Amino acid sequence: MNNWLNNFIRPKIRSLVGTQKDVPENLWDKCPSCDNMVFNRELADNNYVCHHCDYHMTISAEDRLALMFDGGKYTRHKNKSVPADPLKFKDRKKYVDRLKETRAKTAEDDAIIIASGKIGGNPVVVALFNFKFMGGSMGAAVGEGIVTGAEIAVKTKSAFITVPASGGARMQEGAISLMQMPRTIIAVNRVKKARLPYLVLLTNPTTGGVSASFAMVGDVHIAEPGATIGFAGKRVIQETIREELPEDFQTAEYLLEHGMVDMVVPRSELNAVIGQTLSLLMQTKLSDNPKGKKSKDNKKSDSSKGAITVASVSAGGEKMSAADAVNQDSAAASVKKTA
Amino acid sequence: MLEFEKPVIELEAKIAELRHMSSDDEINIADEVSRMQAKAGRLLSQIYAKLTPAQIVQVARHQDRPHFSDYIEHMIDDFTPLAGDRLFGEDNALIGGIGRFKGQSVVIMGQEKGNDTESRIKHNFGMARPEGYRKAQRLMEMASQFQIPVISLVDTAGAYPGLGAEERGQSEAIARSIESCLKLEVPMLSVVIGEGGSGGAIAIAAADRIYMLENSIYSVISPEGCASILWRSADYAKDAATALKLTAKDMLENGLIDDIIKEPLGGAHRNKLETISLVSSKLEKGLKQLTPWKSEKLIAAREEKFLKMGRAA
Repeated sequence: MNNWLNNFIRPKIRSLVGTQKDVPENLWDKCPSCDNMVFNRELADNNYVCHHCDYHMTISAEDRLALMFDGGKYTRHKNKSVPADPLKFKDRKKYVDRLKETRAKTAEDDAIIIASGKIGGNPVVVALFNFKFMGGSMGAAVGEGIVTGAEIAVKTKSAFITVPASGGARMQEGAISLMQMPRTIIAVNRVKKARLPYLVLLTNPTTGGVSASFAMVGDVHIAEPGATIGFAGKRVIQETIREELPEDFQTAEYLLEHGMVDMVVPRSELNAVIGQTLSLLMQTKLSDNPKGKKSKDNKKSDSSKGAITVASVSAGGEKMSAADAVNQDSAAASVKKTA
Repeated sequence: MLEFEKPVIELEAKIAELRHMSSDDEINIADEVSRMQAKAGRLLSQIYAKLTPAQIVQVARHQDRPHFSDYIEHMIDDFTPLAGDRLFGEDNALIGGIGRFKGQSVVIMGQEKGNDTESRIKHNFGMARPEGYRKAQRLMEMASQFQIPVISLVDTAGAYPGLGAEERGQSEAIARSIESCLKLEVPMLSVVIGEGGSGGAIAIAAADRIYMLENSIYSVISPEGCASILWRSADYAKDAATALKLTAKDMLENGLIDDIIKEPLGGAHRNKLETISLVSSKLEKGLKQLTPWKSEKLIAAREEKFLKMGRAA
């Protein structure tokens, strides 16, 4: 019940069966995880995290960018165009038609958004997946976006952060989408070669060809609570091994336990945690930036009611914020760590 | 038996029958046999000239095609297998080692599918786990260290989708393996000899030269998987096979591979040795083009090659 798929599909179904009234019906949302009702506006204020159970619901690309960047401010870069539908792919529907419809519906040209701004005062380029655009699938346009983003990062001496939310490669582009795996790795390696940090924020879901390429070669891997991260689909694995899978299989927390991500960070703390990490890697002497990490001025996280304190950041005993050092210590002790 | 080969196989059975009889009765049987053999050849070339993508998928998966171990046996001298990823275990699905190819030391690696039940299980049907891809990384580092070229032979339905594989980071292992290919300081040549199944294939095929055997396939997803997602039923695998443009010819047309290696008449499974010799001479030529090399230039050219893929021509 409580998976991202339901979460993704529910509003759609709701809009199909919903009656056309003047009064907006969706004042209340039901948390897909704990089934409790949450007031819509409060949900937005809380970055679409359930007040009751801290479940991280789907968040739009814009809201995600706003909560990542300092003060919610960022600049978007235009995507370079690539040949559309190189294979003239057709399943039950033509790929060109699918593209056209999705473009009209999302007002985006593909599943990738390149934005730049500051995080913790550090210059950053973000390549963010838009899951609403064909499940965030990676074809040539997405690959090109990551290449472009990495180039801008190198040119402007910025950190590069990819934020995958993708089921994997875009089948409609066949092996061209497969080739985006080496291609995106080349791109991010150029960032690394320039000694600029390359971070990955793994969000729900990060699977298939996306997880098996640029998303797993970051300097630092941050995952969002509860996000599904893995290579093969759960169903495929179940059909192959015919065994029960652990309940938390392929969750962010499971990956932390298995050493694949550095930390699991709640939304409200993203700006602070990324900011601090980047400051440590980019301003390697404190005298480099007298302002230090005081540039935390993310309105969103400040205004959010019941914000999750930094203590809930699960990491291998690292301190995440000087301000909450005391809380953090006790949290670190409670972090499950496998030997 | 492949369904579309049925007429040929029936004819071949008749020829064998005739030959069997020939000891008692000599009248014109030799003539008849050669006439029928010619006919079988014609039939075969007719059939193979117009295989559909779905039929090519069947040929690519044919159990009698030469496998990795066959290539090692006939193409590589002094093969010295190397095992283990030094981290967790040894993966028999992806084998590799050092050996001599036409006198030149090389690292050679690839997936082995096995050819009977026992060996198929041993090699996990050619579906590697993270350990296989981490062994590949180790071998590639070794190749750079000793400045010896790398040959990889791709033949896998895909990386293994299992619980342990996920626990031990299948995604990371594949990503790092691709990265190892891209960082190689020596020439790397890859041949898709059967199935080039998605991430499990590209993990060892981000190479300077990528060849495909005529009836091999290279795809982002299996036609069956694609059909069950996009058509909501695996029954449409044939349509998916066509739509995915997964044949060697399609891959060459789309600029994703460098060349096609012709197979003997009637497919690689009809003549293993000739297939291996054709692959061998293609590799020899390719290696010659890349020798001598300067690591930096080689890496830069490899990066450009992949950066181009998907961009407007």
